[in-house]
Amino acid sequence: IFPALKSALSEISDRSGRRPSRKQAPRAEGAAGRRRAQPCQKEPARGSPRPGSSQRKQAERRRQREELGEQGRSSAERTFEGRRKRDGRASLKEQRAPPKKEKEVPRKEEMWKRPKKHRSPSLASSASGGESLSEEELAWILEQVEDRKKLIATMRNKPWPMTKKLRELREAQEFVEKYEGALGKGRGKRLYAYRMLVAKKWVKFKRDFDNFKTQCIPWEMKIKDIESHFGSSVASYFIFLRWMYGVNLVLFGLIFGLVIIPEVLMGVPYGSIPRKTVPRAEEEKAMDFSVLWDFEGYIKYSALFYGYYNNQRTIGWLRYRLPMAYFMVGVSVFGYSLMIVIRSMASNSQGSASDGESANFTFSFKMFTSWDYLIGNSETADNKYASITTSFKESIVDEQESNKEENIHLTRFLRVLANFLIICCLCGSGYLIYFVVKRSQEFSKMQNVSWYERNEVEIVMSLLGMFCPPLFETIAALENYHPRIGLKWQLGRIFALFLGNLYTFLLALMDDVHLKLSNEETIKNITHWTLFNYYNSSGWNESVPRPPLHPADVPRGSCWETAVGIEFMRLTVSDMLVTYITILLGDFLRACFVRFMNYCWCWDLEAGFPSYAEFDISGNVLGLIFNQGMIWMGSFYAPGLVGINVLRLLTSMYFQCWAVMSSNVPHERVFKASRSNNFYMGLLLLVLFLSLLPVAYTIMSLPPSFDCGPFSGKNRMYDVIQETIENDFPTFLGKIFAFLANPGLIVPAILLMFLAIYYLNSVSKSLSRANAQLRKKIQALREVEKSHKSVKGRKTAQDSEDTAKDASKNATQLQLTKEGTTPHSASQNETPDKKAQDPGTSSSASGTMLPASRHLSIARPPGARPDSGPARPQTHPWRSASRKSAQRPPH
Amino acid sequence: MTLGDPRSFCDLAPQLVPLDYTSCPDVKVPYELIGSMPELKDNPFRQRIAQVFSEDGDGHMTLDNFLDMFSVMSEMAPRDLKAYYAFKIYDFNNDGYICAWDLEQTVTKLTRGELSAEEVSLVCEKVLDEADGDHDGRLSLEDFQNMILRAPDFLSTFHIRI
Repeated sequence: IFPALKSALSEISDRSGRRPSRKQAPRAEGAAGRRRAQPCQKEPARGSPRPGSSQRKQAERRRQREELGEQGRSSAERTFEGRRKRDGRASLKEQRAPPKKEKEVPRKEEMWKRPKKHRSPSLASSASGGESLSEEELAWILEQVEDRKKLIATMRNKPWPMTKKLRELREAQEFVEKYEGALGKGRGKRLYAYRMLVAKKWVKFKRDFDNFKTQCIPWEMKIKDIESHFGSSVASYFIFLRWMYGVNLVLFGLIFGLVIIPEVLMGVPYGSIPRKTVPRAEEEKAMDFSVLWDFEGYIKYSALFYGYYNNQRTIGWLRYRLPMAYFMVGVSVFGYSLMIVIRSMASNSQGSASDGESANFTFSFKMFTSWDYLIGNSETADNKYASITTSFKESIVDEQESNKEENIHLTRFLRVLANFLIICCLCGSGYLIYFVVKRSQEFSKMQNVSWYERNEVEIVMSLLGMFCPPLFETIAALENYHPRIGLKWQLGRIFALFLGNLYTFLLALMDDVHLKLSNEETIKNITHWTLFNYYNSSGWNESVPRPPLHPADVPRGSCWETAVGIEFMRLTVSDMLVTYITILLGDFLRACFVRFMNYCWCWDLEAGFPSYAEFDISGNVLGLIFNQGMIWMGSFYAPGLVGINVLRLLTSMYFQCWAVMSSNVPHERVFKASRSNNFYMGLLLLVLFLSLLPVAYTIMSLPPSFDCGPFSGKNRMYDVIQETIENDFPTFLGKIFAFLANPGLIVPAILLMFLAIYYLNSVSKSLSRANAQLRKKIQALREVEKSHKSVKGRKTAQDSEDTAKDASKNATQLQLTKEGTTPHSASQNETPDKKAQDPGTSSSASGTMLPASRHLSIARPPGARPDSGPARPQTHPWRSASRKSAQRPPH
Repeated sequence: MTLGDPRSFCDLAPQLVPLDYTSCPDVKVPYELIGSMPELKDNPFRQRIAQVFSEDGDGHMTLDNFLDMFSVMSEMAPRDLKAYYAFKIYDFNNDGYICAWDLEQTVTKLTRGELSAEEVSLVCEKVLDEADGDHDGRLSLEDFQNMILRAPDFLSTFHIRI
């Protein structure tokens, strides 16, 4: 019985492993008794390079291969099982089948262990001997080793219990270790082993390096900590903050490395020329803290601001072209920011592209994915329970409301009213800012102004930012929107408020700039006259040349660029302080009060009125975005601004982490981080664009100050490029550039770009349409399959169980069958065999194409069976095939 | 290959688990201790999780079961594996399908029973309506996977920080 059993099993492995190339060998080997020797005699003659090998050696080799075949069988069995598992669309039948198989594997292994034990030494010795293995065997071992390796790699994906995983892993590893060395032949063997060793080390190194990389991500632990307490939505703010910090760090490196450090190292030192010296009138107070705090005095005349830079074409022994570098860095700050924002938006939307039909599963998603398994804090858990309950209720209400009609006129009226009120608020706040900025311009002309009058603009803007959002929220209650839509509106309105404020501020600033520009001509004359008078005044010895006028005494213009830079600097710093003070007072003190006064208060403070503050994600994100907008706008006129911002982000990371953990409670209304992320990015992109506009306007259309900054003396700032092209590049390049700048070329280029955008857009639209169609097709296919299965479900399940259980029994049955069928005539035998085989091959072919339905067609009995009794094993292709091979001997 | 930490397993029940856990690998930690781990104690499905990963479904775990649990719930585990075990967790009566009763259990656990019976049944009805592809009144693993693999935050929420 034993050989027949083996042959059956080898057939199973062969079929299931789907390796037709190797089918020949095991089948031949599996042929019963005396026939077996024949193919084996052929094999070595084909495979081995030396024809003069003895009979004994051949026999040994045959034994080796047999032994390997057994091992290969078990692995093939496993890979087959694994593949079935991985097929994903696992049906009920597959769910039931694997446990049986799992149980079966040990049984088989027991069977194989016996022969393996006494054979493996010979194999091991011959394997280490190396040269006695033929090409074919080597290829086969290679394949086996590859299979095992694949198994090791995919072990993680299998829903096996740990003991099984460990056992399989160990076995596979042992196999790989044992036979890997045998693969190299002769001289190349050592090299092969060495290469394997290196590959192993490399894998280990890569894993260690990945670990190291995750450890190197800054604040990862802090953010994870917050995530586990507050859920992923709050953590998303901190991830955004970290991303922002990274972007700012790059900008900082750009500006510091290419502008500020060269200027400090190689530029003319402080005090050598008027623009680098504090004027005589300010000298007394230039070091006072109150003056420095306003970024006047020494700070104003430092490398942090535009005005400090000299218009010398090249500086230092490196002949560094500073004005050129300044201009290019200013442009590339915007370029880099645009690129990085758009790239991260694209990668975000790529991730969320798949959830196009997530609207179909609102309740299911709420049911199965709303619980955040990360939550490890009972307070958070309580909040989560509450928020899940509310979200369920919300959805229920939505569901009910979709059928219900209500008083649409009243709602409309209320919504119009609310929008009207909010527009009024926005206009009012805009006017207030305009008014305040105008006033501050007057104050700046006066001499001794109070602290309030000096900082009025910042204070008013901060107050507006603090009180308008709650006001909007109150008004929004009128509208009776769905909370999610309401939140979007709220975000949009706050955005509009901030934007309006910022732009009003900018317009007022622009007025100021124009005023300064108009004064510039007179100041220029005054400077000229002063110098002229100084050098030509009488009463000085004519023979000795007069020492040059001290730079502090030279009258100078108001340098509007520096003034703009200072405004942005102040705004950033005051914004930062207001944020911190709000956190300290509004969150921390409130939390302390609630926590400690609760012992002696007449009502429950924690549950009642003040309670703890929530972490305001939308407000914080918007604040961050607008702060970044200011940085983008201001960084051209105040290169040091990015440095300040890096500090600000760094401190706010630690400070806000601490504040959140110490004094905030999680949100009632949770909105999902994965969705809103791109919304924030979109806002950021909008702000970036809007902050690009004023900078571009000033660069392109305002003349730079005549006595400060790297572009002084030029008509426009961008003239620096033309100058560089003319002086430093060969003339033909200059011509090419001039040609490129021709409007006749630029307009067609823009048109071409529009065309390209249109084309790509239509292509992507058609692709997404095709995608939707394919999805529909898959859906339809699945439905067909399901209906098919629900009919056959029970039957196939039963059948598969039989298959698994009877795999070993079959073999014995086969033997019986063989003996039972031999009395029949040959022609009678032939027909059922063929019938059984054809569906088998066709089913395996279809199985490769459509793995989901493979088991179905394999397991299903192929049509009506002509003969009932002994032909039972024909239902399975491998059985019939094996039977055929088993039947071959009687001739 | 796993992220579970044997030390935390020992910490759960120092009197039960010898430090050298290899000497007797079959020591079981009772569910009362597993369920009170900081990672699980606030999870409404902690009992189900323990049952699914324990060998005989009673929630008592050996070290191997424990490692299994954390390797599935770790951040690195593949989607399909997670979906498979999520299905097992939500299949309260272990019959291979998520039926209306299982759904009711889930909703009750998620909301701590704060929804009325009508609302619960409405929710279950809606879920079956949405996710039941073959309209047999219950969710098979296939239906479940089909639904859950589209969920945008299944992967981010279905893992335990270790």
